[in-house]
Parts: sequence; structure tokens; C-alpha cells
Amino acid sequence: MSGQAPAIVGVEGLAAGYDGRPVLTDVGFSLPGGSSLCVLGPNGGGKTTLFRVLTGELAPLAGRVHVEGRPAYVAQTDRTRLDFPVSALDVALMGTLPGGRWWLPARRSERSAAQAALERVGLGAEAGERFGKLSGGQRQRVLLARALVQDAAVLLLDEPLSGVDPVSGELIARLYVELAEEGRAVLVSTHDVESARDFDLVLCLNRRQVTFGPPGAALRRDALEQTYGREMIVLEGEQPARAITVQHHEH
Amino acid sequence: MELLDLLLDPWRSGIGRRALVEVILVGGFGGALAFWVVEERLAYTAESLAHGLLPGLVIAALAGVPLLLGAAGGALAAACLIALAAGDDRVGPETATAVAVTGLLGLGALLALSPDAPPRLEELLFGDPLGVGDGDLAAAVALFLAGGLALAALHRPLAALSFDPPGAGGVGPPPTVVRLLLLLLLAAAVAVAVQGLGNLLVLAALVAPAVAVRSRAGTPARAMLAGGALSALAGAVGIYVSFHAGAAAGACIALALCILAAAGATLPVRRAAAAGRRAPGACPAGTPPPPPPRRG
Repeated sequence: MSGQAPAIVGVEGLAAGYDGRPVLTDVGFSLPGGSSLCVLGPNGGGKTTLFRVLTGELAPLAGRVHVEGRPAYVAQTDRTRLDFPVSALDVALMGTLPGGRWWLPARRSERSAAQAALERVGLGAEAGERFGKLSGGQRQRVLLARALVQDAAVLLLDEPLSGVDPVSGELIARLYVELAEEGRAVLVSTHDVESARDFDLVLCLNRRQVTFGPPGAALRRDALEQTYGREMIVLEGEQPARAITVQHHEH
Repeated sequence: MELLDLLLDPWRSGIGRRALVEVILVGGFGGALAFWVVEERLAYTAESLAHGLLPGLVIAALAGVPLLLGAAGGALAAACLIALAAGDDRVGPETATAVAVTGLLGLGALLALSPDAPPRLEELLFGDPLGVGDGDLAAAVALFLAGGLALAALHRPLAALSFDPPGAGGVGPPPTVVRLLLLLLLAAAVAVAVQGLGNLLVLAALVAPAVAVRSRAGTPARAMLAGGALSALAGAVGIYVSFHAGAAAGACIALALCILAAAGATLPVRRAAAAGRRAPGACPAGTPPPPPPRRG
């Protein structure tokens, strides 16, 4: 990460929500190219809402947002239609749509780019497999391949490690580093406090911005307690805090 | 020889020939469009549009202008009223739409049963493919060619939207624009197809083909081609049955389509095509799509 690089993601005084009611307030941070940001927070803390604002899908209720170019968004895999009849290659090819000419069939060069992206995520051999028949980790990697094909300066990954197998998890985590080294800004939302230490920056949300900064400064016990409340168990009392989160499902 | 005559007789008559060309063209396009109607959960919208345009059809019949104009105007008016009704949070979109559509259907029936109305209300309700004129055929050709091109152009954005509703905005044209274009195609199909299949039966051509092929098609393109072919075939079968048995043509076509849909939905799918390796959480082929998530 270069501290001198200009910010390609900037958020200032952001409030966002639905039907005029804010679910996330007081968010402000900036992210230069070539860096990775971990967005931590509990369920309903505003992580996905923040990403929806950054993609332009949701208009802010207040504040300013700047994102360079059109970001590539990798949604949680369970939001995709598993019964829809498309192959892994078809899904990766969807990443060529932002390049214009969406009304024409994919060119050979676009198919090659999609195949190359699948190979980069270790799924070159599964290109013809139906998406819904792949494992959860493989599906997540296919969605990541779609984002790679977009060749965006900013990548938003919404809980990409949720429910994936260890092999896929390791491969995806390695890609964060590679993508940041290519000069992109990589934003990853997660519940996993421990994995946040591997990122350049950490943003903690719990319906508002709790803290933002390098892991050493942001992952302090008080910040994590404000972020997770009773969903967090602190394993050690030292700073920076070591903690795990526990999901409480209330119905 | 008798079998050959059975097959060729409709083609030897001008009425039968026009009817066959009409149902093959409209069925071909409607069957392809049906895939997206089902995937985007627009069956109720299609039914509402078809029923809601009855006043437009009757007014066109009363004024002596082409029914297609009345259908187009009726579809537009119905779409606006449905959009207004669906936006009313006090009663919910489905209830509001049902009330609006029933009101339009009632208004259409009232106009059709007035003393000045032409006597053939049943043609508007149940269609008469054996009565299509040159103008209807021209509209069917235009729908098949222009609609087919539009479907081909929208294929990739529609696939992105149906596959990943929350992520579609990030990879393709705005989802609202894609949905609007699909609705326009649906309205055009309803306006043209209602000539042959009538206000009440047209829905069969816009839903049944997709149900028939859904669990068997490996890709959206194959599902569209198979749906179009099946729909055209069902249209031709309906015309043959009507021609030789003297039965109502629109009803014969609708029944043929629904029989194909029932067979496609209930007959077992070959394991090799549908099962394969199934990942945890994966839906079996042919199960209805899960509702798209509203927010994260």
C-alpha cells in the first residue's frame, strides 16, 4: 500500500437507508489504489448497504461518495439463482457487459478473457459446468472471475469467504493481495475479525462508523465491543484485541 | 393419401393458411419470450395486461378501427392503471392490481354488451385465429422479426439480471431499463397475440411453453428456441384440430399449450440432463426460482 497514492474511493458524511429511513450514518473514509480494506460489522450493521451505495444501486440519504470508474461487485453467492441454466463460463462472460456492446454476442477475445479469469481462480476445467452444480466455494470463485473480467479499479466483495471450503478460501484471500498489488482498491466485508489483520485498512460499522484505520489501531477491544456488542467473545485481553464473533439469530 | 390430405387441407384454404402462419409466427415469438416471462416472474403481469386491455379492444371494435390499435392503446392504459394501483401500499400491489384488472375487464364487458357493440364478444375474449386478416399477419411478421431481434439484443443483460438480481446493476445496463424493455416486448406480444388467442387465452402462449421446457433446457438460448418451436407446434396442432373437428381454434391452441406444459413439468427428466453433481444448497432442475432478496 502506498500512502501517497490518490484516493480512488472516497466517502464523506454518508448516511444511507431504505424508504427514507437511515440504517447507516456518519461514514467517512478514503481508500487509495493498491490497498485493501476490510469492512467489519454484525448482521444488519450496514456492510451491504455501504456496498450498495458504492455500486450506485442505492442513493445516499446524505453525504458524498466518489468511486473511480464502475466498481466490480461480488455478491454473496446465495443471492444468485442456482437453478438458472448458465455455465461457469457464461457467468464469467457477464463481466464483459460493462464494456459496452451488450446487445451483441460475446466476441472471441471476451470469451478468452472469461476463460483466463476462470483459470486464475483455479476453475479453468470447470468452465462448462453448470453454475448451480458447483460447490459453494467454487461458485464464489466464479463470481470473482466475473469481477476479474470487468477489470475494474475498485472491487467490492460481500462476505466472499462465507461458507466456502478452505481451498477456495485460501485462493480467494490470496487474490485480494494480488489485486491490490495490481493497483486496485479491494473492499471486503466479513464477520471474521481475525482475517481483518491481513488487510491494509479496517472499517468497523454498526449502523454507524465505529472506527477506521490500520488493523493495529482499528482492532482495539473497545472498538470491537462497540461494533459487535454481545456477538463478540474476546479471547485475550491484550491490545490489539483477539476476538471471534458469534452470530445470534433472533426470530 | 388420407393422412397427407389431413395435413395439407388447412394449407389449401386461404383462411387455414393465414391462421397457420399467424399462430406459427406469434407462437414462435411468444414461446421464446415465455422463458423470460417465467424467469422474471411476470406471468401475473402478463395476465393482468391481457385482461386489462379488453376495453381498448371493444372501443376499437365499436369505432371500426383495427383491433391491434385498440389492443395497443388498451395495453398502454392498462399498464398505467396497474402501475398506479400496484404502487398503493395501503392494500398491497397484488390486491390493487387484481381490483384494477377486474374493473377493466368489467368495463370491457359492459361496453361489449352495449346495444351498439358488434355481436362477437366471444372473439375478443377467446380469439379467432381463423379470422385473421392481412393486417394481423403483417403485425405478426413485424412482431416475429422486430421482437426476435430485440430478444436477441437483450439476451445477455436479461441473463445477467435473472441470474443475479442484486449484482446485475454492477455488470450490465441498469436493471430498471432492462425490465422496462422486457415489459414493452410483453405488451407488444399481448397486443398482437390477442387477435388470435383472445383476451382470456393469450396467457397460455406467454407462459406454457417455458413451463414445458424449463427443466430440460441446458441454456437460456436453448430454452427460448425450444419454447418457440413447441409453441408454434401447439399453435399448428390447435389449428388442425379446429379445422378438422370444427372446434374453437383459440381454445384448441390454448389446450394444446397447457397439455405440453403439464407434460413438460411432470414427466421425469433424464438424469444426465438434470441431475449431475449437485452442490449443497443447489436447487434441483425445474424447481421454481427462489424470490430475489430485497436487501442485505
